[in-house]
Amino acid sequence: MKNRRFLLPAATAGILALTLSACGGGGGGTTGGGGGGGDAGANLDGRGPITYVQGKDNSNVVRPLVEKWNAAHPNEKVTFKEQTDQADQQHDDLVQNFQAKNANYDVVDVDVVWTAEFAAKGWLQPLKDKMALDTSAMLKPTVDSATYKGTLYAAPQTSDGGILYYRKDLVPTPPKTWDEMMSMCSIAKANNIGCYAGQFTKYEGLTVNASEAINSAGGSVLNDDGKPNLNTAEAKAGLENLVKAYADGNIPKEAITYQEELSRQAFQGGKLLFLRNWPYVYNLATTEGSSAVKDKLGMAALPGKDGPGASSLGGHNMAVSVYSKNKATALDFLKFMTSEETEKFYATQGSLAPVLGALYEDKDLVAKLPYLPVLKTSIENAVPRPVTPFYPAVTKAIQENAYSAIKGEKPVDTALSDMQKSIESAGAGS
Amino acid sequence: MTTATAATELRARQDKGRKTAQNREKWAQGRTYISAVVILIWCLAPAYWMVVTAFRDVGFTYDTSILPTHVTMDNFNTAFDTSFGNHFGQALVNSVFIGVVVTAISLLIGVFAAYALARLNFRFKYLVLGFILGASMFPGVALITPLFQLFTNIGWIGTYQALIIPNISFVLPLTVYTMTSFFREMPWELEESARVDGCTQGQAFRKVIMPLAAPAIFTTAILAFISSWNEFLIASQLSSDATQPVTVAIASFAGAQPNQIPYTAIMAAGTIVTIPLVILVLIFQRKIVAGLTAGAVK
Amino acid sequence: MATELGPTPVTRPASGGTELHHAPKGVGEDNRLKSQGKWASWLLAPTIIALGIVIVYPIISAIVMSFQKDAGLDPATGLFVQGGPAGLQNYVNWLAQQCASPGGGTVACPPGTLGAQFWSATATTFFFTVVTVAFETVLGFWMAMIMARTFKGRSLVRAAVLVPWAIPTAVTAKLWLFIFAFEGIANKLFNTTILWTGSEWPAKWAVIIADVWKTTPFMALLILAGLQMIPAEVYEAAKVDGASAWQRFRMITLPLVKPALMVAVLFRTLDALRMFDLPYILTGGANNTTTLSILVISQIRQGFNAAAALSTITFIIIFLVAFIFVRFLGANVVEQSGATPKGKK
Repeated sequence: MKNRRFLLPAATAGILALTLSACGGGGGGTTGGGGGGGDAGANLDGRGPITYVQGKDNSNVVRPLVEKWNAAHPNEKVTFKEQTDQADQQHDDLVQNFQAKNANYDVVDVDVVWTAEFAAKGWLQPLKDKMALDTSAMLKPTVDSATYKGTLYAAPQTSDGGILYYRKDLVPTPPKTWDEMMSMCSIAKANNIGCYAGQFTKYEGLTVNASEAINSAGGSVLNDDGKPNLNTAEAKAGLENLVKAYADGNIPKEAITYQEELSRQAFQGGKLLFLRNWPYVYNLATTEGSSAVKDKLGMAALPGKDGPGASSLGGHNMAVSVYSKNKATALDFLKFMTSEETEKFYATQGSLAPVLGALYEDKDLVAKLPYLPVLKTSIENAVPRPVTPFYPAVTKAIQENAYSAIKGEKPVDTALSDMQKSIESAGAGS
Repeated sequence: MTTATAATELRARQDKGRKTAQNREKWAQGRTYISAVVILIWCLAPAYWMVVTAFRDVGFTYDTSILPTHVTMDNFNTAFDTSFGNHFGQALVNSVFIGVVVTAISLLIGVFAAYALARLNFRFKYLVLGFILGASMFPGVALITPLFQLFTNIGWIGTYQALIIPNISFVLPLTVYTMTSFFREMPWELEESARVDGCTQGQAFRKVIMPLAAPAIFTTAILAFISSWNEFLIASQLSSDATQPVTVAIASFAGAQPNQIPYTAIMAAGTIVTIPLVILVLIFQRKIVAGLTAGAVK
Repeated sequence: MATELGPTPVTRPASGGTELHHAPKGVGEDNRLKSQGKWASWLLAPTIIALGIVIVYPIISAIVMSFQKDAGLDPATGLFVQGGPAGLQNYVNWLAQQCASPGGGTVACPPGTLGAQFWSATATTFFFTVVTVAFETVLGFWMAMIMARTFKGRSLVRAAVLVPWAIPTAVTAKLWLFIFAFEGIANKLFNTTILWTGSEWPAKWAVIIADVWKTTPFMALLILAGLQMIPAEVYEAAKVDGASAWQRFRMITLPLVKPALMVAVLFRTLDALRMFDLPYILTGGANNTTTLSILVISQIRQGFNAAAALSTITFIIIFLVAFIFVRFLGANVVEQSGATPKGKK
């Protein structure tokens, strides 16, 4: 028949597609099922070369460390695989490789908010028994962020906490509470500048700021069982702080477009009295040519309800993949990368906050990073963002509703109850 | 007297007619020039801002002076700097290589397919057309995971094939459709007459039709090249450090501090990346607008 | 010669005729069709195979997965366990904007979940598509007409027109983000204080402006190629006949450039319906600029199977649009000049 001639290439394509789908079918079906269970017990004594996967190493701390390790361990060399700079990208890259059960990703660097998600999907090696790691010298909130359902799944590597930057030429002593800070806004108005800004555009930074507001007021996003707990007076008070400040103009209107960089820019340009941001601003604001606040900036812990506020915990943890073939080497590498010497190196070379509490009192470090004491207070009082395996859905729920609330599009009560319902729904699928 | 005045009058009227025609020509030219300037401004203004930012000192990233200030070459050095694990130079080479291969192969395959679809008649032609168009309908973002698993299983992650083959497939529907629509417009009787004159079908196609199809082919080539040049999502998942194209390399630019977005370095990279393309177009732009020359038709 | 009017009515030899010639087929005819079919399949094979591997296989894989439930959390162990088959549940959830309820069953999706955004994302996607394609077609046509003329410096214009498209999207998106910052050059130049990325309509216009800037060259290039196929004699003849510029445009340019124009508009529409990069980087999808592709990516991070269902729904929507296009708007690339003089001469 005439159409037989056409069927030949079509059939070839079809058979090819089916064959490939059969080959790839095994990996294609699951989004990470219970496959981790068996693998967790495997290869615990394996030793050999491993790969360490981390996002962009901006400050060039990892490469020298890896070289140091490789010199001392010629048979267990570490290859450093660098991802891009974007958190979302890093997350997706890890997910793809874990789903494909890639044995080449031995040790991975995870953002603090992904640890629970990856642990629940069975991709991370529990660090207990043979793989145990000593975390007694580490700051408690950092260890909490690496723990899921009572088991440690990752080693805290670097940390980060929110800092309140303020103009010490206009405000000699920093405010201790939110209300005190708002009362100082008259100074801002007198000087024709904005009073306070954080990061309020619809992205992860908004979750950071919103959680800080809620936690600092005594509320919490999730309770200890991992269920949402937003219909409380404290949570309402916390979010209300942000909403009211935006409505009153104490938070400038343009702050709704701010990510870290734009807010830093506003503060550096002298347009803000108070700024909530990460420690990295210190270096740039005191050295950049265009900075108008070089010797006018002070740093303090975030203001809370009646004392230091609860900053959101940032930072990264290092974890071992269950699919790794050389877990003993991986564990040793983990210990090396979180040792006191290395942590000190992170601080001096990369301005990265260490997780070992004692280092915050170290004279050399404080000389290099004068804000260390403030940062320690911040981290000690920090509350990790919701530790839940459904983190992507939870952060989405928080972002959407906090954004609408701040813009005045819906009242705080509704925003919180919508947040509550969304988070409940996220955890409900089974 | 009458003939003389009539003649003068006629010449006067002719002169006036010519002048009006010339005036109209001048107006038309003037309008064309104005339009050209407007187009230049529209297309180049944001690009100008990119270049100005590229030359601006990173400490003054957010400076909004329109003229270049704080001019420095630092950002270009930063872009090419390999000490922090950036491989921008290598990425440029990769992008060009991938682009050229993708363009060449998709043109070849596309020409074959377009010839079949435009010239031949067979059953299921519309099904094939629909199938090819259908390949352009699935959201690219959803293809990443299955493709990643497929290429992981074959062991092709980080190879050039893993980047070239998907790009060819993304570019093919447009290539095929463009060429098909142009082939339909070709004066095929020329091919017939060439064959009557003794050429084989292949020769007739090559010597008679292809030159006429030059604008279509060069246009399609540019479309294919730039499509593959711009592709980011698939490349970000399937490439490795050694094979990544510029889009992925630029996305990997990091500021000296965490959370810092290196705008100036990114703009510098963008500037570097645009230059070869502009040069390419300047060289080939005549081919793009080569029209049907009277001689060939007659 | 009949070619005065360019490539239109071409008498085709009987063997290459379209179905509109309902002449009885003899054996010779049959054989020619058969050999044409054979030729055709060899010429088309590489295309079909390339598309089959890269596109068809993932689509089938995604469709298969869309009938599975996403992994659920086992409260006892705290680990995810694979969801079982879900039938059409994923699809229903998207279309009816329903989400899982803690007590089992489904409930209307509360604001803050992805499921609550399906219809608004669809509306936004269509809005962006219609507006950007309209602008790009008009602007692209105008640019193409200018580029086709002869004047000094035209090579500069042709190269300049390509610049917006040649800059990688990654850079373009960041560039426009930079330009549209509150303290950025846009507000400075026009002396405004618009919150470009912070309020609904400015955000939408920001995305539209950035997209039109970036993609008009694509349209301009294709239309230019189409314009080049119109021989100058046609215009000359019309001028001699006294046709005005507008008449020349309407009766010669438009009909003759229609094939190229239709391909350009069709593909641009398909691309616009899948728009992702620009809104994602410019606004993150905030302020009602979330498109279907952004929704898909966000969903992939929360559960791949539901994302696969959403992708399939998007695919169907796009298919319907293309179908309408081809059927009713005459974007019929294959049935072109040659068969019947459909109002063209």
